[in-house]
Amino acid sequence: MSVSLTYAYYPGCSSTGTSIEYDMSSRAICAALDITLTDVPNWSCCGSTPAHTVDHTLSSALSARNLCQVASMGLTAAVTPCPSCLSNLKTAQHRMKNDSFREKVSKLLDKPADITVETKSVLQILVEDYGIEKIKAKVKKPLTGLTVAAYYGCIMNRPAEIMNFDDREHPMAMDNIMTALGATVVPFPLKVECCGASFGIPRKDVVMRLSGKLLDTAKEMGAMALVTACPLCQMNLDMRQEQINSANGSKHHMPIFYFTQLMGLAFGLTEKELGIDKLCVNPRTVIDALGMEGNSKEKSQ
Amino acid sequence: MNVINLTSSCNSDFVRQVEEESGQQLSLCYQCGKCTAGCPYTTEYDIPVSQIMRLTQAGQKELVLKSKSLWLCATCESCTARCPNKIDVARIMDVLRHMARREGYGGVKTVKTFWDSFLHSVQKNGRVFEVGLLANYISHTGRFWTDMGLGPKVLPKGKIHFKPSAMQGKEEVSKIFRRYTEESSK
Repeated sequence: MSVSLTYAYYPGCSSTGTSIEYDMSSRAICAALDITLTDVPNWSCCGSTPAHTVDHTLSSALSARNLCQVASMGLTAAVTPCPSCLSNLKTAQHRMKNDSFREKVSKLLDKPADITVETKSVLQILVEDYGIEKIKAKVKKPLTGLTVAAYYGCIMNRPAEIMNFDDREHPMAMDNIMTALGATVVPFPLKVECCGASFGIPRKDVVMRLSGKLLDTAKEMGAMALVTACPLCQMNLDMRQEQINSANGSKHHMPIFYFTQLMGLAFGLTEKELGIDKLCVNPRTVIDALGMEGNSKEKSQ
Repeated sequence: MNVINLTSSCNSDFVRQVEEESGQQLSLCYQCGKCTAGCPYTTEYDIPVSQIMRLTQAGQKELVLKSKSLWLCATCESCTARCPNKIDVARIMDVLRHMARREGYGGVKTVKTFWDSFLHSVQKNGRVFEVGLLANYISHTGRFWTDMGLGPKVLPKGKIHFKPSAMQGKEEVSKIFRRYTEESSK
């Protein structure tokens, strides 16, 4: 007997814009797996990196407002696709275990901060609550022939005491999902190395260097595509790939998928509902090489 | 090599304040350098993170707070993950830039302006409005060419919106910022 999984869903700001395909594909695969996601009503920004660089009470209050919204739904567990949102929500929860800090945070809110809600990433509920074996059983179109490198980004698993998920240096959650989908996963030594994060606008040169190194290494390891779990990583590697090529004199044409998009393809969902056409680096040749009858009829770009 | 007279220049109040705000014990750092070895940003820093730690231990307030490194740390958590003495180094970097802001150090202008523009967008709209954030950043830095080349690639994807998302309760978010300003001025 299986109990259906239900979570409050916190999309995060980028889900409405630059990472809309992550949001679309997360919702689509959860629906396909009978996982119920209910949107947090009137959710607001977690404050991301800028808030915690200014003040920890302010940063925690911006997250705590959303935790209050989750509690008001009568749900005890919230899930978000974005590691940056998750890191902020979890850090706020962790720090608010300290009573005097929680009081300071509550002073900035309309109602006292809630500390009962459990928060996880979409990746985490898939491997911990749903399970790899059950994911494997749902595969209709195995990704045979696809060779990928799994890139987790720097904060999905760190700091370990707060994120409490997988391994801080050598995470395997996405590797294991990709293997279950039938893909070949290459060893990738830069799994948790930073992509340049939010410096794309104020210090683009840094992103060119760090994300460039990720693309170079993925190619050297024999990957046809990178698979990611973070909107900021994906954006730096995908949207800025041409900028990286110009800055570094490289010639990468490496599709950067969200892991949820590849799960959806393997489950037989359409490219349209997974937002494949939203990717900047055209993944057409990689997807066509998989010989997926149902999908190759649609053109992504 | 700089020589610092520690007896005359150590600001012990600064050391105590950093420890209090970060919840970390600075004396645990024995200068192994592992944080710097793994720091992806160290080539951009004017002072490597392990030296920031040493200077902070030694109460060198001004040298630390005027360092550009504080503004170029992305909080990627490599240092925190790898410190053999379990010091949350990234949190100390965060606390140092809080102090630098409060004390009026300018930092790295483009980075500070970007963070400020981001928070301004959240304060106003409840959620980040990407186009508004970029416009604000450009108007404060004069860097009008920022990411212009991305337009033709990204616009047809329908990912960029020219109006902020309609969110009910956004005034609750601006109240958080207002109360924060009031509480910090007490």
